[in-house]
Amino acid sequence: MGEYVGESVRRSGGEERVTGKLAYAADLHIPDMLHAKLVTLDCAHARIVGIDTTGAAELAGVRCVITAADLPQPVPRYGPVDRDRPVLAVEETKYYGEPVAIVVADTENIASEGAALVRVTREQLGGVYTLEEALAPGAPLVQDPALRPESPLRGSNIYDQWHYRWGDPDNTSADLVIENTYRFPMQVHFAIEPHVFIAAPGEQDGVVIWSTVQHPFVLQREVAGVVGLPLAKVRVIATEMGGGFGGKGYPKLEPLVALVALRTGRPVRLLMSLAESFLMGRRASSAVTMQNGFDADGRLVFVRSSADYLIGAYGDITKRIVGKAAYVATGPYSVRDVDVTARAVFSHTVPATAYRGFGAPQYLWALESQMDEAARQLDMDSLEIRLRNLPAKSTVLIPGETPVDGEWAEGLTMAAKAIGWHTPLAAGRGRGVAIGIKTPRAGATSQVIVRLHHDGSASILTGTTEMGQGSQTVFAQIAADCLGIPFHGVNVVSGDTGRAPFDAVTASSRSTVCMGNAICAACEDIKGKLRELAGELSGAAPGGIVVSDGRVRVSGSSLSYGDVIGGVYGRGEGEVIGVGEFRQPKDDRHPLGGPSPFWEIIFVAAEVEMDLETGSYALTRLATVADIGKAINPAQVEAQDEGGALMSIGQAQMEQLIIDREGIPRNLGALDYRIPTTMDTPLEVASLLLENADGPGPFGAKGVGESGAIAVAPAVCSAVSQATGVTFTQLPITSEDVWRALRHRAANT
Amino acid sequence: MDAPAEILIKVTINGGQHRLSVSPHETLLKMLRERLLLAGTKESCGEGECGACTVIVDGRAINSCLMLAAEADGSEVLTIEGLASGGELDPLQQAFIDAGAVQCGFCTPGMIMSAKALLMRNPHPTVAQIKQALCGNLCRCTGYTRIIRAVLDAALQPGGPRAPQDTGEEHAEDN
Repeated sequence: MGEYVGESVRRSGGEERVTGKLAYAADLHIPDMLHAKLVTLDCAHARIVGIDTTGAAELAGVRCVITAADLPQPVPRYGPVDRDRPVLAVEETKYYGEPVAIVVADTENIASEGAALVRVTREQLGGVYTLEEALAPGAPLVQDPALRPESPLRGSNIYDQWHYRWGDPDNTSADLVIENTYRFPMQVHFAIEPHVFIAAPGEQDGVVIWSTVQHPFVLQREVAGVVGLPLAKVRVIATEMGGGFGGKGYPKLEPLVALVALRTGRPVRLLMSLAESFLMGRRASSAVTMQNGFDADGRLVFVRSSADYLIGAYGDITKRIVGKAAYVATGPYSVRDVDVTARAVFSHTVPATAYRGFGAPQYLWALESQMDEAARQLDMDSLEIRLRNLPAKSTVLIPGETPVDGEWAEGLTMAAKAIGWHTPLAAGRGRGVAIGIKTPRAGATSQVIVRLHHDGSASILTGTTEMGQGSQTVFAQIAADCLGIPFHGVNVVSGDTGRAPFDAVTASSRSTVCMGNAICAACEDIKGKLRELAGELSGAAPGGIVVSDGRVRVSGSSLSYGDVIGGVYGRGEGEVIGVGEFRQPKDDRHPLGGPSPFWEIIFVAAEVEMDLETGSYALTRLATVADIGKAINPAQVEAQDEGGALMSIGQAQMEQLIIDREGIPRNLGALDYRIPTTMDTPLEVASLLLENADGPGPFGAKGVGESGAIAVAPAVCSAVSQATGVTFTQLPITSEDVWRALRHRAANT
Repeated sequence: MDAPAEILIKVTINGGQHRLSVSPHETLLKMLRERLLLAGTKESCGEGECGACTVIVDGRAINSCLMLAAEADGSEVLTIEGLASGGELDPLQQAFIDAGAVQCGFCTPGMIMSAKALLMRNPHPTVAQIKQALCGNLCRCTGYTRIIRAVLDAALQPGGPRAPQDTGEEHAEDN
């Protein structure tokens, strides 16, 4: 173990952030830049009859107004899995907020004024905004069947469906069978930084894009497809972001802005407001039906489940979201007989996209609520029923999948103990536990370049982006220890496709493990090259040369990196370039494209204090335990879990995007969509780590970042459920919901 | 539409005097970010709910997205850029770094300015007072725990929190 890994080294870029010096995308000043504003309609699903751009085009300062008719025909489409999304709405809008035109002007104010002058004649069409509407016989089709002529689902609003099965679920039986349907609402990411898209023509006849984007290489690929340029001519610079949470993952409006910049020959910026950012993507709402069978001892014998996820008007990344969610429908538990089906269902709403936890929060909340209901009916402790079903390390949970890689029962016990699980409970309080689990992206690749400079400092060129999660800090710690150099001598260049090699995505809690391993490999590459160079310099055989602790030891003498590099290339010249990659095995027979590199898991215990008169409740104690393998930076891991936890408290208590019967979102913006504030923090928070160095990442690390956002809501629900004796089947659980449930219960007893 | 007349204002920003000609509809936030290129103050919700644009005007933390530039005439404005002095971070800024209270950092300038205004009027706040003072500043990354700790830590600095330069008693908010 080196000097920095395992230490809570202070965050790279901390001083820039506390002084306001860090330039986010909205702070960039590109010379000669024009400003764009979208034209959208006042309804969701509508036929575009005509667009009159005259008024806007005549406004002084407006440079151009572009509609679908002005674009290459057929209008280019893009998308991370299926290219189903047109750059501008073609013939009809499919959701509220879908752009039908874009106005480009000298200033933002003129662009806004111009956008208001564009007259769109439209005919409102019937739409589907709920699962029931989308799945009803004869429902209007959201997607044009011509986009998927080969698909047997083309005549329905089902985008895709999945079926996982093992054991003998048709001939199984149990002492206790519980069935419920759990409804999870749409939620928005609410990164405090809104989306910003800038594109500029140039740089050797290509296009440069600055964007609040987590996955610059996916965006580069999709923009290249839309504008018809080779990858080498599309440079995507992912600026450091003010939060992402999945909402900034996949391409948004950058392909449009790139086309417009190439058309005008000038840089163009499209700055979204926070309310407009809500229309860039959201979490899929869902209805998860679970039928769980338990034996008399509380063992989960079978799970039969079907789930529908309501996605938006375009596929985005939802094929992976729903497919993965259903894959872990049995959560962390060992279940003999399993039959799970899930469907992704189109609707005339904002496209659903990745959101911290991917599709797992929806499923895990349902599963954990079922565990609590079983405990209640079997008169068991809700901790005990979970411990009885948690597998030991190395157990294979899902056939063909990576075995259990952590000490799960220990983790859950730690969390419960941290809130005093077995101590007497004060009146009006309830306690709950829950487990959050997910698999990171399978079959993905991370490649990296590490440059060892002749003064012994190093630069990491990585496609991984920085959005506050702290990847730059962790990467510098890993490289500093691998090379035996000071942490402050490592610089990390992030998220620029023009400078850094390929990285699949910055998501899925994968960066520390996947990019971290690639960095280790690159550092080993550097050491091998240093041995060769030292051999060249000294005449010694490279096999007898040792590189460790930042020194090169050759036949009794100890050289600095600078001695070796300078000796070969000349004083003050040259460098050693290490390349590394981490490539996960691909398996086409595996439903997710390959086995999971590790299990991301968190154990949560929560205590709530209820006012049984009003239904209001607050968290008194919260403990999370992440089975992290090895925390490269413990403070950052703890902070990730704390942040995920509060986001999940929002899921439990307040957050939902409300779409009305006409398909119009009714709470766009911070005023009407509430997220937790300082007043919603639990009285006591313990963010604990379980470290057994049993992960596949550097120094035994596993990933972290999402799990806190999966399991805290279920734990809070569990606690509320214990205090009230009511199983809630709809989130969020507001004070009013509790009050109504208690009144309903009182009226029926 | 006729171009609106400009309004001439005199305003002290981070200790420096400025005479500016601003539009009637120009917010203080736009003036700071676009006219003076003080981009440390952030825009998020634009409707006074998130606190990302918080600056201190005459000793009070305000949402600069809701204040017109013209209203700042004759005022003293302190932004995040004016907090560090002589190359030394304000104890609050240092405490945010040390406590791990910064993740993405987008809410941080506004959060620090709200905390600064609190410490200026109440050098030794309780946790409840800190939560109250910061409840208008939204953070989506941290869960707030470390932010609250950072403010407590800064308040516990030897000698208490440092007053910003050129702001004396008149900056204390009336309670």
